[in-house]
Amino acid sequence: MRTGVECLMDGLKKAGVQVIFGLPGGSVLDIFNGLYDAPFKFVLTRHEQGAAHMADGYARATGRVGCCLVTSGPGATNTVTGLGTAYMDSIPLVCISGQVPTHMIGNDAFQEADTTGITRPVTKHNYLVRNADDLPRIIAEAFYIAGTGKPGPVLVDIPKDVQRASTKAHTPDSVSIRGYNPTTEGHPKQIARLAEAINKAKKPLLYVGGGAIAANAAEEVTQLARKAKIPVTTTLLGLGAFPETDSLALRMLGMHGSVTANYATHHCDLLVSIGARFDDRVTGKIAEFASHAKIAHIDIDPTAISKSVPVDIPVVGDVKHVLKVLIPLVESKERTEWLAQIQEWKQKNPFAYDQNGSKLMPQYVIEQIYALTKGDAIIVTEVGQHQMWSAQYYKYTQPRTFISSGGLGTMGFGLPAAIGAQFGCPGKMVVDISGDGSAQMNFQELVVAVEHQVPIKVVILNNGYLGMVRQWQEMFYKKQYSATCLGQSGRGKNEKIKDCPDRPYLPDFVKLAEAHGALGLRAKTRAAVVPMLTKAFEADGPAVVECMVEPEANVYPMVPAGASLMEMIQSMA
Amino acid sequence: MKHIISMLVENRPGVLARVIGLISGRGYNIDSLNVAPTQDITTSRITMTVPGDDHVLEQVTKQLNKLVDVIKVFDLTKEKYIDRELAMVKVCASTKNRSALIELAALFRAENVSVQNKAMIIQMVGTTDAVDNFLELIKPHGIVEVSRTGVIAVGKAEG
Ligand SMILES: Cc1ncc(C[n+]2csc(CCOP(=O)(O)OP(=O)(O)O)c2C)c(N)n1
Ligand SMILES: [Mg+2]
Repeated sequence: MRTGVECLMDGLKKAGVQVIFGLPGGSVLDIFNGLYDAPFKFVLTRHEQGAAHMADGYARATGRVGCCLVTSGPGATNTVTGLGTAYMDSIPLVCISGQVPTHMIGNDAFQEADTTGITRPVTKHNYLVRNADDLPRIIAEAFYIAGTGKPGPVLVDIPKDVQRASTKAHTPDSVSIRGYNPTTEGHPKQIARLAEAINKAKKPLLYVGGGAIAANAAEEVTQLARKAKIPVTTTLLGLGAFPETDSLALRMLGMHGSVTANYATHHCDLLVSIGARFDDRVTGKIAEFASHAKIAHIDIDPTAISKSVPVDIPVVGDVKHVLKVLIPLVESKERTEWLAQIQEWKQKNPFAYDQNGSKLMPQYVIEQIYALTKGDAIIVTEVGQHQMWSAQYYKYTQPRTFISSGGLGTMGFGLPAAIGAQFGCPGKMVVDISGDGSAQMNFQELVVAVEHQVPIKVVILNNGYLGMVRQWQEMFYKKQYSATCLGQSGRGKNEKIKDCPDRPYLPDFVKLAEAHGALGLRAKTRAAVVPMLTKAFEADGPAVVECMVEPEANVYPMVPAGASLMEMIQSMA
Repeated sequence: MKHIISMLVENRPGVLARVIGLISGRGYNIDSLNVAPTQDITTSRITMTVPGDDHVLEQVTKQLNKLVDVIKVFDLTKEKYIDRELAMVKVCASTKNRSALIELAALFRAENVSVQNKAMIIQMVGTTDAVDNFLELIKPHGIVEVSRTGVIAVGKAEG
């Protein structure tokens, strides 16, 4: 006989868990007691949202299933944003939450929340364990469901009495769930149709998303592109699935994508989506998206197909598997005309910013990070302008080296995700590129990096604004900066505080970093950027570099929401 | 168009909430809903009628299929099927109109299942249209209460 907690520990061990992120409380005291001498690392976070994002960042960087552990009620509700973030980007993680004893469920007991009810829409699946006999099976199923098919977060809610109950049940050796059989092998006929379409196409384009990275198919994407000479554009989450230094790389497409990628999408005659889901930030106006092209879509998720854009050649299956079958069927081609056209677009329209004078431009900082890390770091971002610049001005050549909250767009994701990524990849340089707004969400987790001497580098592009929102206000709301000024100046009347001076640093991120025990540095001028970054990158432990960048720099190109990809705004002038 | 969606699911707590959440989360109304275990008590059959355009319902059907606890989903409106629902109507009935009601019920092959002093309960089985029709005709007598099961349906495909 074993207790529920012993079953849980055994299940976690058999699932290959190496590190758990979390924070204890009343309903998980037994689990934490069991963890005390468990064979895996436990990382005490300072907020449960941080725990969920760390598990997420760990999963994105390693491809393994991340794991977090929290208490009932507020512990569980604090993970909701983290679960939603992972759910939107199809990231495998398992969240274990405590629950009040079974007999008290539904009585508004202390720290009770309907956790399975609350998390249902943000998880791939969830469980409320009612009986210790079911626990070993459920833990095995949870990891299996999280990591297979289209990956996603799974939550297991374990009442306190179930943790303590004893059972004869054992962790099963294999899992079989009759309602869950993800299709992995693409239909051979569909793959043959796709090959034929590629062979016939004059102007094909690969449009690669996070699915290619989830399937570990970057190598196959690269083989396909190079063999058939097909140019490649990626989504934000697809960055790194194809080396951006390759001449076939068009960089990211969509709202803040490259001119070339958006032109190519408009002009291509065959668009092959590989694990990308036609997100509205990518397509712009649906009716005009790739309107001259036949559309093929390879995806493990049948519901992703024809969801917003009608697909001519659907292939449901694991991207890696499908590409392996596809590659031998495609012919080597030169496509001279198409590629020449693309080179011309590329030459005329690189990502560009104000090079004039001595301004500290945010894009410059990213370029220096690229140069100093030789393109070999794991870049993690928060959400906002800095996120888009990180996508535009750093060239990604390896999968799992760009980590960002794409679908949910969660500010506060980056710092904890960077810590998680660094736990998963101890030998790598991990840089969290942050904004002054996002940095104030979940900064507390820096303590975790300091404690564990996890040497993440946080580079804050401080523009004094919730910049991305300010940019929209500048462009579409007559420059009325309502609630986007992080300083006092520029604020609307209803936000001004009487006699409040406009302090240069609020908060002072350098002091804040120091207060957390990390190295804190500030670059106020363009000339100071490289020395400060170098100092931070050479430091043994975690470091924060605050760069006082040009306040009103904008992200270009920009396709206004709902406009066609051909309607890119290139500057405000 | 109205769709009849029939699904085989795990007979477990939470499954119905998941199914309904997927539909109501999109702002769709479920017109009728019926759940009961099948011949295998570990599975239940859920039958729902949902109005909505074909493209949306196709998407919903695919997404229902993706739920871990859902074993199979059929949109019966795409094939031949037999559908029925059962209604029980409590209607005002005195010595004056009782025989008229019995006559009306007979026309619809409905059955009176309880006769009291001032009311009777009639049970009617038929398609939704037939049940609607019957209720319409009975209305002038004064309906006290109606309880309907909602549609259940079986596809005609053999095997
Ligand atoms: C949790 C959360 N709240 C609000 C938003 C909306 N939002 C998107 S970008 C942004 C501004 C981010 O500011 P900052 O981190 O300073 O980045 P910048 O755009 O200035 O580079 C906001 C508020 C969000 N994405 N996430
Ligand atoms: Mg900012």
